[in-house]
Amino acid sequence: MSAESHPHPHLTRARAWLRWLRALFQRPNDDPRKTLAVALVLCLVCSVVVSATAVGLRPLQERNAARALKSEVIKVAGLETTGMSLDQAFDQIEQRLVELETGEFVDDADPLTYSYRDAAKNPAASRALAEAGRAGIQRRPDRMPVYLVRENGQLQTIILPVYGAGLWSTLHGLLALAPDGRTAKALTFYEQRETAGLGSEVAGERWLSEWPGKVLIDERGEPVIEVVKGRVDADAPHAEHRVDGLSGATLTSNGVTNLMRFWLGEQGYGPFLARLSDENCG
Amino acid sequence: MATQSARLLLEPIVDNNPITLQILGICSALAVTTKLAPAITMSIALTAVIVGASVIISLIRRHMPSSIRIIIQMTIIASLVILVDQVLQAFAYERSKQLSVFVGLIITNCIVLGRAEAFASKNPPWPSFLDALGHGLGYSVILISVAAIRELLGSGSLLDVQILPLVKEGGWYEPNGLMLLAPGAFFIIGLMIWVIRSWKPAQLEKPEYRINVVHRTESL
Repeated sequence: MSAESHPHPHLTRARAWLRWLRALFQRPNDDPRKTLAVALVLCLVCSVVVSATAVGLRPLQERNAARALKSEVIKVAGLETTGMSLDQAFDQIEQRLVELETGEFVDDADPLTYSYRDAAKNPAASRALAEAGRAGIQRRPDRMPVYLVRENGQLQTIILPVYGAGLWSTLHGLLALAPDGRTAKALTFYEQRETAGLGSEVAGERWLSEWPGKVLIDERGEPVIEVVKGRVDADAPHAEHRVDGLSGATLTSNGVTNLMRFWLGEQGYGPFLARLSDENCG
Repeated sequence: MATQSARLLLEPIVDNNPITLQILGICSALAVTTKLAPAITMSIALTAVIVGASVIISLIRRHMPSSIRIIIQMTIIASLVILVDQVLQAFAYERSKQLSVFVGLIITNCIVLGRAEAFASKNPPWPSFLDALGHGLGYSVILISVAAIRELLGSGSLLDVQILPLVKEGGWYEPNGLMLLAPGAFFIIGLMIWVIRSWKPAQLEKPEYRINVVHRTESL
Protein backbone atom coordinates (compact mmCIF):
# COMPACT_ATOMS: atom_id res chain seq x y z
CA MET A 1 0.00 0.00 0.00
CA SER A 2 2.74 2.35 0.97
CA ALA A 3 4.59 1.34 -2.21
CA GLU A 4 1.60 2.56 -4.21
CA SER A 5 1.45 5.94 -2.62
CA HIS A 6 5.22 6.40 -2.63
CA PRO A 7 6.43 4.72 -5.84
CA HIS A 8 10.06 4.08 -6.37
CA PRO A 9 11.83 7.23 -7.64
CA HIS A 10 13.00 5.39 -10.82
CA LEU A 11 9.44 4.43 -11.59
CA THR A 12 8.21 7.97 -11.18
CA ARG A 13 10.92 9.21 -13.50
CA ALA A 14 10.07 6.54 -16.10
CA ARG A 15 6.42 7.53 -15.97
CA ALA A 16 7.30 11.17 -16.39
CA TRP A 17 9.41 10.26 -19.43
CA LEU A 18 6.58 8.25 -20.91
CA ARG A 19 4.13 11.08 -20.37
CA TRP A 20 6.56 13.47 -22.00
CA LEU A 21 7.05 11.15 -24.97
CA ARG A 22 3.34 10.66 -25.43
CA ALA A 23 2.82 14.40 -25.33
CA LEU A 24 5.58 14.78 -27.90
CA PHE A 25 3.97 12.32 -30.29
CA GLN A 26 0.56 13.89 -29.78
CA ARG A 27 1.77 17.22 -31.03
CA PRO A 28 0.68 18.24 -34.53
CA ASN A 29 2.75 16.55 -37.21
CA ASP A 30 4.23 19.81 -38.39
CA ASP A 31 5.67 20.75 -35.01
CA PRO A 32 9.46 20.76 -35.44
CA ARG A 33 9.90 18.86 -32.16
CA LYS A 34 7.67 16.07 -33.40
CA THR A 35 9.42 16.05 -36.78
CA LEU A 36 12.76 15.59 -35.05
CA ALA A 37 11.39 12.91 -32.74
CA VAL A 38 9.86 10.94 -35.60
CA ALA A 39 13.09 11.14 -37.61
CA LEU A 40 15.13 10.00 -34.62
CA VAL A 41 12.89 7.04 -33.79
CA LEU A 42 12.75 5.99 -37.45
CA CYS A 43 16.54 6.09 -37.79
CA LEU A 44 17.00 4.09 -34.60
CA VAL A 45 14.50 1.41 -35.57
CA CYS A 46 15.81 1.10 -39.15
CA SER A 47 19.46 0.92 -38.12
CA VAL A 48 18.74 -1.71 -35.47
CA VAL A 49 16.79 -3.83 -37.96
CA VAL A 50 19.41 -3.52 -40.70
CA SER A 51 22.39 -4.25 -38.47
CA ALA A 52 20.64 -7.13 -36.73
CA THR A 53 19.94 -8.80 -40.09
CA ALA A 54 23.44 -8.17 -41.35
CA VAL A 55 25.05 -9.62 -38.23
CA GLY A 56 22.56 -12.48 -37.92
CA LEU A 57 22.95 -13.67 -41.49
CA ARG A 58 26.71 -13.23 -41.73
CA PRO A 59 27.65 -16.87 -40.89
CA LEU A 60 25.38 -18.13 -43.69
CA GLN A 61 26.73 -15.59 -46.13
CA GLU A 62 30.30 -16.47 -45.25
CA ARG A 63 29.62 -20.16 -45.80
CA ASN A 64 28.16 -19.34 -49.20
CA ALA A 65 31.15 -17.18 -50.05
CA ALA A 66 33.56 -19.97 -49.05
CA ARG A 67 31.76 -22.46 -51.28
CA ALA A 68 31.74 -19.98 -54.14
CA LEU A 69 35.46 -19.36 -53.66
CA LYS A 70 36.15 -23.10 -53.82
CA SER A 71 34.29 -23.42 -57.10
CA GLU A 72 36.13 -20.38 -58.49
CA VAL A 73 39.48 -21.90 -57.55
CA ILE A 74 38.52 -25.15 -59.27
CA LYS A 75 37.38 -23.26 -62.37
CA VAL A 76 40.54 -21.18 -62.64
CA ALA A 77 42.69 -24.28 -62.02
CA GLY A 78 41.21 -25.78 -65.18
CA LEU A 79 40.73 -29.18 -63.54
CA GLU A 80 38.56 -31.94 -64.94
CA THR A 81 35.78 -32.34 -62.36
CA THR A 82 32.92 -34.14 -64.08
CA GLY A 83 31.03 -36.33 -61.65
CA MET A 84 32.81 -34.97 -58.61
CA SER A 85 31.31 -33.07 -55.73
CA LEU A 86 32.68 -29.64 -54.98
CA ASP A 87 34.65 -30.87 -51.99
CA GLN A 88 36.07 -33.88 -53.84
CA ALA A 89 37.21 -31.65 -56.66
CA PHE A 90 38.69 -29.16 -54.24
CA ASP A 91 40.66 -31.90 -52.47
CA GLN A 92 42.83 -32.21 -55.58
CA ILE A 93 44.18 -28.76 -54.87
CA GLU A 94 46.85 -28.12 -52.28
CA GLN A 95 46.26 -25.02 -50.17
CA ARG A 96 49.03 -23.29 -48.32
CA LEU A 97 49.54 -20.06 -46.43
CA VAL A 98 52.43 -17.87 -47.52
CA GLU A 99 54.26 -15.30 -45.40
CA LEU A 100 54.52 -12.59 -48.03
CA GLU A 101 57.57 -10.87 -46.51
CA THR A 102 59.77 -13.95 -46.87
CA GLY A 103 57.86 -15.91 -49.46
CA GLU A 104 57.97 -18.98 -47.22
CA PHE A 105 55.09 -21.34 -46.50
CA VAL A 106 53.75 -21.25 -42.95
CA ASP A 107 52.01 -24.19 -41.38
CA ASP A 108 50.82 -22.87 -38.03
CA ALA A 109 47.37 -21.86 -39.32
CA ASP A 110 44.66 -23.51 -41.35
CA PRO A 111 44.46 -21.97 -44.84
CA LEU A 112 40.79 -22.97 -45.09
CA THR A 113 39.68 -20.84 -42.17
CA TYR A 114 42.16 -18.04 -42.81
CA SER A 115 40.47 -14.95 -44.20
CA TYR A 116 42.74 -12.38 -45.79
CA ARG A 117 39.95 -9.83 -45.51
CA ASP A 118 39.84 -10.20 -41.73
CA ALA A 119 43.63 -10.14 -41.57
CA ALA A 120 43.75 -6.89 -43.52
CA LYS A 121 41.62 -5.28 -40.81
CA ASN A 122 43.75 -6.63 -37.98
CA PRO A 123 46.79 -4.43 -37.23
CA ALA A 124 48.61 -7.43 -35.76
CA ALA A 125 48.26 -9.47 -38.95
CA SER A 126 48.75 -6.79 -41.57
CA ARG A 127 50.97 -3.90 -42.55
CA ALA A 128 50.02 -0.35 -43.50
CA LEU A 129 51.13 0.57 -47.01
CA ALA A 130 52.61 3.78 -48.34
CA GLU A 131 50.41 5.82 -50.69
CA ALA A 132 52.25 5.02 -53.92
CA GLY A 133 51.53 1.89 -55.91
CA ARG A 134 49.31 0.22 -53.39
CA ALA A 135 46.34 -0.47 -55.68
CA GLY A 136 43.91 1.12 -53.23
CA ILE A 137 44.83 -1.31 -50.48
CA GLN A 138 45.21 0.39 -47.10
CA ARG A 139 46.66 -2.50 -45.17
CA ARG A 140 48.19 -5.59 -46.70
CA PRO A 141 47.74 -8.87 -44.84
CA ASP A 142 51.03 -10.46 -43.77
CA ARG A 143 49.91 -13.82 -45.06
CA MET A 144 47.93 -14.86 -48.10
CA PRO A 145 46.49 -18.24 -49.05
CA VAL A 146 47.78 -19.80 -52.27
CA TYR A 147 46.48 -22.83 -54.12
CA LEU A 148 48.81 -25.25 -55.88
CA VAL A 149 47.87 -27.85 -58.47
CA ARG A 150 50.29 -30.75 -58.82
CA GLU A 151 50.24 -33.68 -61.18
CA ASN A 152 52.37 -36.67 -60.13
CA GLY A 153 54.20 -34.37 -57.72
CA GLN A 154 55.06 -31.93 -60.51
CA LEU A 155 53.80 -28.38 -59.98
CA GLN A 156 51.30 -27.48 -62.72
CA THR A 157 49.56 -24.30 -61.66
CA ILE A 158 49.99 -21.66 -58.98
CA ILE A 159 46.78 -19.86 -58.04
CA LEU A 160 47.10 -16.56 -56.25
CA PRO A 161 44.23 -14.51 -54.78
CA VAL A 162 44.52 -10.86 -55.79
CA TYR A 163 42.47 -7.79 -55.01
CA GLY A 164 42.52 -4.05 -55.45
CA ALA A 165 40.45 -0.98 -56.14
CA GLY A 166 38.61 -0.59 -59.42
CA LEU A 167 36.43 2.43 -60.03
CA TRP A 168 33.59 1.89 -57.53
CA SER A 169 34.47 -1.31 -55.80
CA THR A 170 37.27 -3.59 -54.71
CA LEU A 171 37.91 -6.27 -57.31
CA HIS A 172 38.59 -9.69 -55.85
CA GLY A 173 40.05 -12.25 -58.20
CA LEU A 174 42.21 -15.31 -58.68
CA LEU A 175 45.24 -15.44 -60.92
CA ALA A 176 46.53 -18.79 -62.17
CA LEU A 177 50.20 -18.85 -63.16
CA ALA A 178 52.26 -21.45 -64.99
CA PRO A 179 55.01 -23.13 -62.88
CA ASP A 180 57.53 -20.56 -64.16
CA GLY A 181 55.70 -18.01 -62.00
CA ARG A 182 55.64 -15.44 -64.83
CA THR A 183 53.09 -16.57 -67.39
CA ALA A 184 49.36 -16.27 -66.82
CA LYS A 185 47.25 -19.39 -67.29
CA ALA A 186 43.90 -17.94 -66.32
CA LEU A 187 42.34 -15.03 -64.49
CA THR A 188 38.96 -14.51 -62.92
CA PHE A 189 37.30 -11.78 -60.90
CA TYR A 190 34.66 -13.32 -58.71
CA GLU A 191 33.65 -10.21 -56.85
CA GLN A 192 33.23 -6.74 -58.32
CA ARG A 193 30.64 -3.99 -58.42
CA GLU A 194 31.86 -1.97 -61.36
CA THR A 195 29.57 -0.09 -63.76
CA ALA A 196 27.17 -2.65 -65.22
CA GLY A 197 27.87 -3.24 -68.90
CA LEU A 198 31.18 -1.33 -68.96
CA GLY A 199 33.49 -1.99 -66.02
CA SER A 200 31.59 -5.13 -65.11
CA GLU A 201 33.04 -6.71 -68.26
CA VAL A 202 36.16 -7.16 -66.12
CA ALA A 203 34.52 -10.37 -64.96
CA GLY A 204 33.25 -11.28 -68.43
CA GLU A 205 34.59 -14.36 -70.14
CA ARG A 206 35.50 -12.54 -73.34
CA TRP A 207 37.95 -10.16 -71.67
CA LEU A 208 39.35 -12.71 -69.23
CA SER A 209 40.14 -14.99 -72.18
CA GLU A 210 42.75 -12.41 -73.30
CA TRP A 211 44.91 -13.27 -70.31
CA PRO A 212 46.18 -16.84 -70.80
CA GLY A 213 49.68 -16.76 -72.24
CA LYS A 214 50.46 -13.18 -71.22
CA VAL A 215 53.87 -12.79 -69.58
CA LEU A 216 53.23 -10.78 -66.44
CA ILE A 217 56.77 -10.51 -65.09
CA ASP A 218 59.96 -9.78 -67.09
CA GLU A 219 63.31 -11.60 -66.77
CA ARG A 220 64.49 -9.30 -63.98
CA GLY A 221 61.44 -10.15 -61.86
CA GLU A 222 59.71 -6.81 -62.43
CA PRO A 223 55.95 -6.96 -62.96
CA VAL A 224 55.41 -5.40 -66.39
CA ILE A 225 51.88 -6.39 -67.24
CA GLU A 226 49.72 -3.49 -68.39
CA VAL A 227 46.11 -3.11 -69.43
CA VAL A 228 46.41 -0.56 -72.23
CA LYS A 229 43.84 1.79 -73.70
CA GLY A 230 42.36 0.28 -76.87
CA ARG A 231 43.59 -2.84 -78.58
CA VAL A 232 47.02 -4.42 -78.37
CA ASP A 233 48.88 -4.65 -81.66
CA ALA A 234 49.98 -8.29 -81.74
CA ASP A 235 53.15 -7.47 -83.72
CA ALA A 236 54.36 -4.63 -81.49
CA PRO A 237 57.24 -5.36 -79.10
CA HIS A 238 56.08 -6.30 -75.61
CA ALA A 239 52.67 -7.37 -76.92
CA GLU A 240 52.96 -10.35 -74.58
CA HIS A 241 53.02 -7.91 -71.64
CA ARG A 242 49.92 -6.00 -72.71
CA VAL A 243 46.20 -6.68 -72.49
CA ASP A 244 43.38 -4.88 -74.34
CA GLY A 245 41.66 -2.22 -72.28
CA LEU A 246 37.97 -2.39 -71.45
CA SER A 247 36.24 0.18 -73.60
CA GLY A 248 34.42 2.79 -71.55
CA ALA A 249 36.11 1.58 -68.38
CA THR A 250 39.56 3.14 -68.23
CA LEU A 251 39.58 3.42 -64.46
CA THR A 252 38.59 -0.21 -63.98
CA SER A 253 41.32 -1.21 -66.48
CA ASN A 254 43.89 0.91 -64.61
CA GLY A 255 42.74 -0.70 -61.39
CA VAL A 256 43.55 -4.13 -62.84
CA THR A 257 47.02 -2.94 -63.93
CA ASN A 258 47.67 -1.52 -60.45
CA LEU A 259 46.53 -4.57 -58.56
CA MET A 260 48.46 -6.93 -60.83
CA ARG A 261 51.65 -4.91 -60.42
CA PHE A 262 51.16 -4.66 -56.68
CA TRP A 263 50.52 -8.35 -56.07
CA LEU A 264 53.24 -9.60 -58.41
CA GLY A 265 55.72 -7.08 -57.02
CA GLU A 266 58.03 -6.89 -54.03
CA GLN A 267 55.22 -6.15 -51.56
CA GLY A 268 52.99 -8.89 -52.91
CA TYR A 269 53.86 -12.39 -54.04
CA GLY A 270 57.25 -11.32 -55.53
CA PRO A 271 59.43 -13.07 -52.93
CA PHE A 272 57.23 -16.18 -53.02
CA LEU A 273 57.35 -16.44 -56.82
CA ALA A 274 61.13 -15.85 -56.86
CA ARG A 275 61.64 -18.62 -54.30
CA LEU A 276 59.33 -20.97 -56.21
CA SER A 277 61.09 -20.47 -59.55
CA ASP A 278 64.51 -20.96 -57.88
CA GLU A 279 63.22 -24.21 -56.46
CA ASN A 280 61.87 -25.34 -59.83
CA CYS A 281 65.07 -24.56 -61.71
CA GLY A 282 67.54 -25.74 -59.14
CA MET B 1 -16.15 -4.43 -49.86
CA ALA B 2 -14.98 -7.69 -51.41
CA THR B 3 -15.19 -6.22 -54.89
CA GLN B 4 -13.30 -3.18 -53.65
CA SER B 5 -10.47 -5.43 -52.39
CA ALA B 6 -10.44 -7.45 -55.57
CA ARG B 7 -10.27 -4.26 -57.58
CA LEU B 8 -7.29 -3.00 -55.55
CA LEU B 9 -5.49 -6.28 -56.05
CA LEU B 10 -6.32 -7.01 -59.69
CA GLU B 11 -6.45 -3.59 -61.29
CA PRO B 12 -2.66 -3.05 -61.37
CA ILE B 13 -2.12 -6.37 -63.14
CA VAL B 14 -3.49 -5.26 -66.51
CA ASP B 15 -5.74 -2.21 -66.25
CA ASN B 16 -3.31 -0.06 -64.31
CA ASN B 17 -0.06 -1.90 -64.80
CA PRO B 18 2.94 -0.07 -63.33
CA ILE B 19 5.16 -0.88 -66.31
CA THR B 20 2.87 -0.81 -69.34
CA LEU B 21 0.48 1.96 -68.26
CA GLN B 22 2.40 4.03 -65.71
CA ILE B 23 5.71 3.37 -67.55
CA LEU B 24 7.64 3.05 -64.27
CA GLY B 25 10.40 0.65 -63.29
CA ILE B 26 11.67 0.39 -66.86
CA CYS B 27 15.35 0.38 -65.80
CA SER B 28 15.16 -2.90 -63.96
CA ALA B 29 12.74 -4.30 -66.54
CA LEU B 30 15.52 -3.88 -69.11
CA ALA B 31 18.41 -4.94 -66.94
CA VAL B 32 17.37 -8.18 -65.27
CA THR B 33 15.25 -9.76 -68.00
CA THR B 34 17.89 -11.44 -70.19
CA LYS B 35 17.25 -14.67 -68.28
CA LEU B 36 14.09 -15.93 -66.65
CA ALA B 37 15.60 -17.02 -63.32
CA PRO B 38 16.96 -13.61 -62.21
CA ALA B 39 13.73 -11.96 -63.37
CA ILE B 40 11.73 -14.23 -61.07
CA THR B 41 14.04 -13.47 -58.13
CA MET B 42 13.82 -9.77 -58.87
CA SER B 43 10.01 -9.97 -59.02
CA ILE B 44 9.86 -11.67 -55.65
CA ALA B 45 12.32 -9.18 -54.14
CA LEU B 46 10.42 -6.16 -55.45
CA THR B 47 7.05 -7.55 -54.39
CA ALA B 48 8.38 -8.20 -50.89
CA VAL B 49 9.79 -4.69 -50.61
CA ILE B 50 6.73 -2.92 -51.98
CA VAL B 51 4.34 -4.86 -49.74
CA GLY B 52 6.49 -4.35 -46.64
CA ALA B 53 7.04 -0.68 -47.32
CA SER B 54 3.38 0.04 -48.04
CA VAL B 55 2.14 -1.70 -44.90
CA ILE B 56 4.69 -0.01 -42.63
CA ILE B 57 4.10 3.42 -44.15
CA SER B 58 0.37 2.97 -43.90
CA LEU B 59 0.71 2.02 -40.21
CA ILE B 60 2.63 5.18 -39.35
CA ARG B 61 0.80 7.45 -41.82
CA ARG B 62 -0.81 9.55 -39.07
CA HIS B 63 2.58 10.37 -37.54
CA MET B 64 4.42 11.39 -40.69
CA PRO B 65 5.43 15.05 -40.64
CA SER B 66 4.73 16.28 -44.16
CA SER B 67 8.07 18.09 -44.37
CA ILE B 68 10.10 14.87 -44.15
CA ARG B 69 7.62 12.31 -45.42
CA ILE B 70 9.52 11.42 -48.60
CA ILE B 71 12.72 10.87 -46.61
CA ILE B 72 10.83 8.69 -44.14
CA GLN B 73 9.44 6.62 -47.00
CA MET B 74 12.87 6.32 -48.62
CA THR B 75 14.47 5.27 -45.33
CA ILE B 76 11.90 2.55 -44.79
CA ILE B 77 12.21 1.34 -48.39
CA ALA B 78 16.01 1.40 -48.24
CA SER B 79 16.07 -0.59 -45.00
CA LEU B 80 13.77 -3.20 -46.50
CA VAL B 81 15.91 -3.42 -49.62
CA ILE B 82 19.04 -4.02 -47.54
CA LEU B 83 17.09 -6.67 -45.64
CA VAL B 84 16.07 -8.43 -48.86
CA ASP B 85 19.60 -8.15 -50.25
CA GLN B 86 21.08 -9.70 -47.10
CA VAL B 87 18.54 -12.52 -47.13
CA LEU B 88 19.31 -13.24 -50.78
CA GLN B 89 23.03 -13.32 -50.06
CA ALA B 90 22.40 -15.80 -47.27
CA PHE B 91 19.92 -18.10 -48.99
CA ALA B 92 20.34 -17.58 -52.75
CA TYR B 93 23.97 -16.59 -53.14
CA GLU B 94 24.39 -17.34 -56.83
CA ARG B 95 21.19 -15.54 -57.70
CA SER B 96 22.13 -12.49 -55.65
CA LYS B 97 25.44 -12.29 -57.52
CA GLN B 98 23.63 -12.44 -60.87
CA LEU B 99 21.36 -9.59 -59.83
CA SER B 100 24.38 -7.65 -58.50
CA VAL B 101 23.39 -4.02 -58.03
CA PHE B 102 19.81 -4.32 -59.21
CA VAL B 103 18.42 -5.53 -55.91
CA GLY B 104 20.00 -2.47 -54.31
CA LEU B 105 18.46 -0.32 -57.00
CA ILE B 106 14.94 -1.33 -55.90
CA ILE B 107 15.40 1.63 -53.54
CA THR B 108 15.14 3.96 -56.51
CA ASN B 109 12.35 2.04 -58.23
CA CYS B 110 9.59 4.59 -58.77
CA ILE B 111 6.88 1.96 -58.37
CA VAL B 112 7.71 1.43 -54.69
CA LEU B 113 7.97 5.09 -53.75
CA GLY B 114 4.98 5.85 -55.99
CA ARG B 115 2.69 3.46 -54.11
CA ALA B 116 4.02 4.63 -50.75
CA GLU B 117 3.36 8.28 -51.53
CA ALA B 118 0.20 7.95 -53.62
CA PHE B 119 -1.61 5.20 -51.73
CA ALA B 120 -0.12 3.87 -48.51
CA SER B 121 0.37 7.26 -46.87
CA LYS B 122 -3.35 7.99 -47.24
CA ASN B 123 -4.99 4.58 -46.70
CA PRO B 124 -5.30 1.97 -43.94
CA PRO B 125 -2.95 -1.04 -43.89
CA TRP B 126 -5.20 -3.68 -45.48
CA PRO B 127 -6.04 -1.75 -48.67
CA SER B 128 -2.40 -0.62 -48.82
CA PHE B 129 -1.32 -4.25 -48.59
CA LEU B 130 -3.63 -5.24 -51.45
CA ASP B 131 -2.64 -2.27 -53.58
CA ALA B 132 1.08 -2.98 -53.07
CA LEU B 133 0.66 -6.70 -53.73
CA GLY B 134 -1.28 -5.88 -56.91
CA HIS B 135 1.45 -3.57 -58.13
CA GLY B 136 4.14 -6.09 -57.23
CA LEU B 137 2.28 -8.73 -59.22
CA GLY B 138 1.70 -6.35 -62.12
CA TYR B 139 5.43 -5.65 -62.24
CA SER B 140 6.21 -9.37 -61.95
CA VAL B 141 3.84 -10.37 -64.76
CA ILE B 142 5.54 -8.02 -67.22
CA LEU B 143 9.07 -8.79 -65.99
CA ILE B 144 8.55 -12.53 -66.22
CA SER B 145 6.91 -12.43 -69.65
CA VAL B 146 9.63 -10.14 -71.05
CA ALA B 147 12.31 -12.40 -69.58
CA ALA B 148 10.66 -15.53 -70.98
CA ILE B 149 10.57 -14.04 -74.49
CA ARG B 150 14.15 -12.74 -74.25
CA GLU B 151 15.63 -15.96 -72.89
CA LEU B 152 13.75 -18.12 -75.40
CA LEU B 153 14.66 -16.02 -78.45
CA GLY B 154 18.06 -14.85 -77.23
CA SER B 155 19.47 -18.09 -75.83
CA GLY B 156 16.98 -20.71 -76.99
CA SER B 157 16.34 -21.78 -73.41
CA LEU B 158 13.93 -21.27 -70.53
CA LEU B 159 15.21 -21.32 -66.94
CA ASP B 160 18.51 -22.51 -68.46
CA VAL B 161 16.85 -25.61 -69.95
CA GLN B 162 17.57 -25.75 -73.69
CA ILE B 163 14.28 -25.62 -75.63
CA LEU B 164 15.41 -24.59 -79.10
CA PRO B 165 18.58 -26.46 -80.16
CA LEU B 166 21.24 -23.88 -81.13
CA VAL B 167 23.10 -23.92 -84.44
CA LYS B 168 26.47 -23.84 -82.68
CA GLU B 169 25.51 -27.03 -80.83
CA GLY B 170 24.31 -28.76 -83.97
CA GLY B 171 20.65 -27.65 -83.83
CA TRP B 172 18.70 -25.36 -86.11
CA TYR B 173 18.05 -22.25 -84.03
CA GLU B 174 20.22 -19.18 -84.61
CA PRO B 175 19.82 -17.11 -81.41
CA ASN B 176 18.76 -13.50 -81.79
CA GLY B 177 21.51 -11.47 -80.13
CA LEU B 178 19.37 -8.34 -80.07
CA MET B 179 17.17 -9.99 -77.45
CA LEU B 180 20.11 -10.11 -75.03
CA LEU B 181 20.73 -6.37 -75.34
CA ALA B 182 18.70 -3.62 -73.70
CA PRO B 183 17.02 -2.52 -76.98
CA GLY B 184 15.49 -6.00 -77.28
CA ALA B 185 13.65 -5.39 -74.02
CA PHE B 186 12.50 -1.98 -75.25
CA PHE B 187 10.99 -3.54 -78.36
CA ILE B 188 9.21 -6.25 -76.37
CA ILE B 189 7.82 -3.81 -73.79
CA GLY B 190 6.76 -1.48 -76.63
CA LEU B 191 4.95 -4.29 -78.42
CA MET B 192 3.27 -5.32 -75.16
CA ILE B 193 2.04 -1.79 -74.57
CA TRP B 194 0.68 -1.73 -78.14
CA VAL B 195 -1.13 -5.03 -77.70
CA ILE B 196 -2.60 -4.07 -74.31
CA ARG B 197 -3.77 -0.67 -75.54
CA SER B 198 -5.37 -2.16 -78.64
CA TRP B 199 -7.18 -4.63 -76.40
CA LYS B 200 -8.19 -1.96 -73.85
CA PRO B 201 -8.54 1.33 -75.73
CA ALA B 202 -9.31 3.10 -72.42
CA GLN B 203 -5.54 3.08 -71.79
CA LEU B 204 -4.81 5.16 -74.87
CA GLU B 205 -3.38 8.51 -73.96
CA LYS B 206 -4.95 11.63 -75.36
CA PRO B 207 -2.69 13.31 -77.89
CA GLU B 208 -0.99 16.23 -76.21
CA TYR B 209 -1.22 18.38 -79.28
CA ARG B 210 -3.48 18.33 -82.28
CA ILE B 211 -2.66 20.20 -85.44
CA ASN B 212 -5.43 22.65 -86.00
CA VAL B 213 -6.28 23.15 -89.63
CA VAL B 214 -7.28 26.74 -90.11
CA HIS B 215 -9.01 27.67 -93.32
CA ARG B 216 -7.80 30.73 -95.05
CA THR B 217 -11.25 32.27 -95.16
CA GLU B 218 -11.67 31.72 -91.43
CA SER B 219 -8.50 33.53 -90.56
CA LEU B 220 -9.42 36.43 -92.73
